Amino acid sequence: MTEMVTEAGATTQMNMIQAINSAMDVMMARDPNVVVMGEDVGYFGGVFRATAGLQAKYGKTRAFDTPITEIGIMGVAIGMGAYGLRPVPEIQFADYIYPALDQLVSEAARLRYRSAADFTAPITIRSPYGGGIFGGQTHSQSPEGIFTHVSGMKTVIPSTPYDAKGLLIAAIEDNDPVLFLEPKRIYNGPFHGHYDRPAKTWADHPGAQVPEGHYRVELGKASVVRPGEAVTILCYGTMVHVVANTVEEMGIDAEIIDLRTLVPLDIETIEESVKKTGRCLIVHEATRTSGFGAELSAQVQERCFYHLEAPIERVTGFDTPYPHSLEWAYFPGPVRIGTALKKILKD
Amino acid sequence: MPPLALHVPEPRFRPGDEADFSDIVVPPAGATRRPDTADRADSFHELAYGLVRVLDDEGNAVGPWDLRLDADAKRRMLRAMALTRAFDERMFRAQRQGKTSFYMKSTGEEAVSIGAASALASDDMCFPSYRQQGILITRGYPIVSMMNQIYSNKADPLEGRQLPIMYSSKEYGFFSISGNLATQYPQAVGWAMASAAKGDTRISATWCGEGSTAEGDFHSALTFATVYKAPVIFNVVNNQWAISSFSGFAGAEATTFAARAIGYGIAGLRVDGNDALAVYAATQWAAERARTNQGPTLIEHFTYRAEGHSTSDDPTAYRSAGEPNAWPLGDPIRRLKEHLIKLGEWDEERHAAQDLELAELVKASQKEAEKNGILGHGMHQPFESMFEGVFETIPWHLREQQQQMLDEQKAAGL
Repeated sequence: MTEMVTEAGATTQMNMIQAINSAMDVMMARDPNVVVMGEDVGYFGGVFRATAGLQAKYGKTRAFDTPITEIGIMGVAIGMGAYGLRPVPEIQFADYIYPALDQLVSEAARLRYRSAADFTAPITIRSPYGGGIFGGQTHSQSPEGIFTHVSGMKTVIPSTPYDAKGLLIAAIEDNDPVLFLEPKRIYNGPFHGHYDRPAKTWADHPGAQVPEGHYRVELGKASVVRPGEAVTILCYGTMVHVVANTVEEMGIDAEIIDLRTLVPLDIETIEESVKKTGRCLIVHEATRTSGFGAELSAQVQERCFYHLEAPIERVTGFDTPYPHSLEWAYFPGPVRIGTALKKILKD
Repeated sequence: MPPLALHVPEPRFRPGDEADFSDIVVPPAGATRRPDTADRADSFHELAYGLVRVLDDEGNAVGPWDLRLDADAKRRMLRAMALTRAFDERMFRAQRQGKTSFYMKSTGEEAVSIGAASALASDDMCFPSYRQQGILITRGYPIVSMMNQIYSNKADPLEGRQLPIMYSSKEYGFFSISGNLATQYPQAVGWAMASAAKGDTRISATWCGEGSTAEGDFHSALTFATVYKAPVIFNVVNNQWAISSFSGFAGAEATTFAARAIGYGIAGLRVDGNDALAVYAATQWAAERARTNQGPTLIEHFTYRAEGHSTSDDPTAYRSAGEPNAWPLGDPIRRLKEHLIKLGEWDEERHAAQDLELAELVKASQKEAEKNGILGHGMHQPFESMFEGVFETIPWHLREQQQQMLDEQKAAGL
């Protein structure tokens, strides 16, 4: 494990929302320059409750509601960062981050570079993302590939409450702009991939044991969530749990790597694993063409070519907008992952 | 009923036409009232349609917006404006001589940046567009450093990463200029909100052209500013032209840019942008409102872009060559000069001597800057520095690309 425990204190069981809330609470208590802002994040505490209680505890100038303008939220956060604050803006759904693209891509990501570090953008953009919740076209998207393509930004995606808190604290403390995408399908429990079976809660998951105090999970470090010999599976967010459950059901000795940070990528862990297993499956919810899986595939091919015993496979969302009623045919669930694993392992 | 007809705006004068601006209503200097800074923004809507002017046609400073600055302050503004113009001339020529790739002049708009910068405190943060070089000059930023940036040479403070004129200086309260228009508007609001949240006394000011008011950032910024009563001054430099598009394409046929403020509940002023004393007075008034928690002010500076948009632009291709001379508000340097002469605080001889001195200063500075290299002549930043500053520390993938580039250069014998 790569986490750095500092003043972690007692451990308690949290779901992912509670862990994210705790991360902001811890950072607002430690650093008066940390402010949280966004649509409905203040008095109401956020549409997913991620900022619940923060305004009551830290006041309206530290946790506040904003007008409905993503351009404004991002631009204002950048200006606050230039002043010396450490803003944590929320975009209510990642599907609504596009109005803020110019501020993110042209401004936050380039500010340090273009000013030769005269000005920086130490901001952490939180946004719920991903499908599996009947969210249809504009409450299900996984836009990470748009941002991993932008130089100057880090992209982080947790898969457990423990990682969510530790990574979010690390992101807030980081002096570079960080996009922190929260897989909303697993806010309340790890998803096994079977939409027609009862939902699980975080209650019996080891990743739900979360220290109450301050700790970091280092950015840029992947986590091997299941060691194995037969195949390396690269995934992140909700898919970590869908993959783990599918592998268990199929009885395959797969090595599952939760990337946790997409940029900068933990290439060493990936390379070491694929060289060991000789096979690689990449799984993400985002659409296929030019998705982050394409970069992963290229990296593995370039670094592990002589160790590969089968073509690298990708199980991803299809190249369509996210459908509503046809969600479970779209979602990269156990059937699609299982089919790809059988193909990779057939000889 | 007749069929619908789409209205596509058209400027009044195109190449070959005789420019005639006699229909522009220029209210007499001194005629516009100056509300108390504590007055509600909705009690002086007419100011968004008027024109705050201090200097009359005879060079007198008149009316309630005349702050009776002392002669030294006026001479300092005159000097900064003249230096800005001399700098622009020299750098424009440097681009034509192939010493750099690009330049943008601010000719005719010097009062906008210098009048405002003179009225702000030196630690107020400016979020400029690319045509407010006068702010840096007013604040005493070294012009050799500006030239080093323009030449992208080995002494370039921005390490050769930025297009010429996209300056940045935190020390001088000049926010990093972006090529993406109007993005600085919400950023200036955020800076002002942070200052207010921290109980600071500093305010921010931001500038964009009238063309950029059409960007979504403009609307977002004004909304945020009014919601939180942010201590920010919005400056819209209405120089009539956005490259080849006249101001009608930003909505000027229907209303003024200052009047945009009314719908947001923000104080709006429309100012003679070629009158340095009016710009100074408007900025001072807006700054006082901001500092006393009265919130944001939007100032439209009514002016004229006397030259091309940039070194890559030829204005004779889309507008009448006679426009700059026909412009009814004259030249900002000439107007302040005549005012000082009228006061007996200046004369033609001193002005000519100052012009000569400034030309020599710029020339000597250029010589100094060129010792550090000009664009494309080898005296640039080290190649490997390209990978620095993307992140606070260089991640493995950039380190790898950096090494690959160095290896390729070495193998190629470079």
